[in-house]
Amino acid sequence: MTPVSIQANAVSKEFNRGLIFKDISFSLSSPASLSITGKNGAGKSTLSKILAGLLSSTRGSMTYVIGGKQIGIEEFKHHIGFVSPYLNLYDEFTAIENLEFLSRIRAAATPPVERKKELLTLVGLWDRRDDAVGTFSSGMKQRLKYAFALLHHPEVLILDEPTSNLDEEGSEVIHRIIQEQKKSNILIVATNSKNESQWCTQQVDLIPVKK
Amino acid sequence: MEFLTGIWGVVAKDVRSELRTRYALNALLMFVVTSVATILFALREDEVTTDVLSGMFWVVIFFTAMSGLSRIFVSEEERGTAMTLQLVASPSVVYFGKLLFNIGLTLILSCAVTLLYLAVFPLFMIKSMELFVLTIVLGSLGFAAAATIIAAIIAKANTKGTLYPVLSFPILIPLLMTVMKSTARALDGEIFSAAFGEFQILASYVMIMVAGSFLLFDYVWKE
Ligand SMILES: Nc1ncnc2c1ncn2[C@@H]1O[C@H](COP(=O)(O)OP(=O)(O)OP(=O)(O)O)[C@@H](O)[C@H]1O
Ligand SMILES: [Mg+2]
Repeated sequence: MTPVSIQANAVSKEFNRGLIFKDISFSLSSPASLSITGKNGAGKSTLSKILAGLLSSTRGSMTYVIGGKQIGIEEFKHHIGFVSPYLNLYDEFTAIENLEFLSRIRAAATPPVERKKELLTLVGLWDRRDDAVGTFSSGMKQRLKYAFALLHHPEVLILDEPTSNLDEEGSEVIHRIIQEQKKSNILIVATNSKNESQWCTQQVDLIPVKK
Repeated sequence: MEFLTGIWGVVAKDVRSELRTRYALNALLMFVVTSVATILFALREDEVTTDVLSGMFWVVIFFTAMSGLSRIFVSEEERGTAMTLQLVASPSVVYFGKLLFNIGLTLILSCAVTLLYLAVFPLFMIKSMELFVLTIVLGSLGFAAAATIIAAIIAKANTKGTLYPVLSFPILIPLLMTVMKSTARALDGEIFSAAFGEFQILASYVMIMVAGSFLLFDYVWKE
């Protein structure tokens, strides 16, 4: 796969209520893995949204490089897969339709049937592919989010609360996905669990800013 | 090319979603039927002028469009799919996709209201067809363009729905006044060139609205 690197340069985020974190810096070049840890409300989800370009930082900047060339986040987004409690799929569509519509909107080539089948089988949803997502359990929805995130072979995989709602078997599947991703690409995991943070070689610990 | 594929993807998704949930369509239909019925009862006995008729015509479209189109971004926010959309598409793809979908809905709405008016108001006679059609098309474009950006702003505001009519009214006044005038001309059977001034205003309104919204949308859509 194409070598990529992500760099955070003194990133700070402030909401109306105050500063959440400040001067976060790190640098990742594939293969790499980073865990984002911290207490509830420390800003793990916020930082992961900033990394995926869904939120802007108050100060500091992000740099994205692919194949030796620096590109903007709008272009780089096509190389990101993101699983997060804040990214839901469409309840009124089936599992397959969600994958199809979202890749159409991404304007990527329509994913080949085998890819969809491969991923839905991997997360154990192939039998339920034609059911509306609204009828899925929360664990099944979480599994489908992985199929969506991996659909376009992303060089960067960002996971916020990777195993929330998942049973043991589901966590096992995620574990395999993570190992695979770490091997030659970039993996970023935002988590509360010590166990999960140990999957990664680099770590950012978000400590509450003193007011 | 990629840009257009993405836009069509957004439109296709919204059309499919709409056909499945009937969210906007049902709201539009209910609103049209109740308001036209009310106006019918109020005006039946009177010999109303074409000015009044064309005013009543656009009042129905105005309120219906505003209630039906206002949910297009709120529904994404509420269901937590807005960020998914943000991840897969650039703001301009989302904007034009939603705009096209709204244009489609508004055109369907205008045609439905026209047919209904033709059926129930004997005085509502289109004497200049081209003039009427162009007015409807430009008017629908204007409504859809204004509704799209206002809906995007509202989705991010905390007060949600109540802000909609308040924000939309001042933005839509020039449009409303112009389409009413032009529709009255069509009902009076004036020649096409008589409404040239109105068409110029409408066309500029649409262009300014789309260009302005396009520039504004990046800031509104991304937190
Ligand atoms: N849209 C927002 N507006 C205002 N404040 C926000 C917003 N989103 C998050 N915050 C605040 O930012 C802080 C960090 O939130 P975030 O969700 O990133 O925490 P987290 O580390 O992911 O917590 P958890 O472990 O519970 O998932 C919190 O204090 C939260 O209240
Ligand atoms: Mg969180």
